[in-house]
Amino acid sequence: MRRNVKRITFLGLAATVALILSYVELLLPPIVTAVPGIKVGLPNIVIIFILYRFGVRDAAVVSFIRIILAALLFGNPMTLAYSIAGALLSLVLMALCKRGELFSAVGVSIVGGVAHNLGQILVAMCLLGTAEIGYYMIALAMSGTVSGVFIGLAGAAALRAMKNVRI
Amino acid sequence: MEEKRSKSKKFRNDIVLAATVLLLAAAAMLFWYFGRNDGDCVSVLLDGAEIARYPLAEDTVVAIASGEGTGENTLVIEDGKASVSDANCPDGICVQHRAISQVGETIVCLPHKLVIKIIQSADKQGLDMAA
Repeated sequence: MRRNVKRITFLGLAATVALILSYVELLLPPIVTAVPGIKVGLPNIVIIFILYRFGVRDAAVVSFIRIILAALLFGNPMTLAYSIAGALLSLVLMALCKRGELFSAVGVSIVGGVAHNLGQILVAMCLLGTAEIGYYMIALAMSGTVSGVFIGLAGAAALRAMKNVRI
Repeated sequence: MEEKRSKSKKFRNDIVLAATVLLLAAAAMLFWYFGRNDGDCVSVLLDGAEIARYPLAEDTVVAIASGEGTGENTLVIEDGKASVSDANCPDGICVQHRAISQVGETIVCLPHKLVIKIIQSADKQGLDMAA
């Protein structure tokens, strides 16, 4: 019981941190102006942490709370479909990669970053009815990989720092 | 020892993964770069259906209405390139996008379900072949 209360509290805190990271990301200037929409994916630091520390179910809960709140506070209903698709594909593939034991947190984060972009492009293709925008994926795959490395390193650092903290 | 070995193996796999994705993307980019062609026409698609075409050769400014008149994007054609100068969508990503002129290039406004893409109109292709 006691453990459960601690866990729920920590997950709530994690969702808050993820939400704030979404906001911070919004304030950052665009990195590559030629291809708009490229993001670092800061909230994924939290998701990686929860995925490794608590498992995929809790990571999914935190991720969806973050997305719903971010859409309500500083997004719009149109972007919600994209965010959910991206987060879902990203989470599923990250969980599979983690279970497969092939990669470290950095590799898992790269998969997550690229999958997030892929999910969004796939929804955009369906909603807009044009396959042409698929070529955006070239730039997005590159940015997803590069940012995935940094997000993975940050996630791994957070996991290391919290190693002896009992939650 | 066992854990250390699996760690370095994972590290190696991480690098292989990153390199593979980057190489694939670079290859796709080169492929796209050398396969590209100057387009001569701008096609405007709303919700997947083409609503208008404009020649790239003529400088124009057009307001494109979407979503029952609530959405508006201003398409500018100048010096053979198309761009969006103004829009009332929430993210403004279409406005940030650089001007496009190559066949297959697109500017997308996700909130308005608007796609502006460069095409090669069929009659021009015929002309090129005849020349």
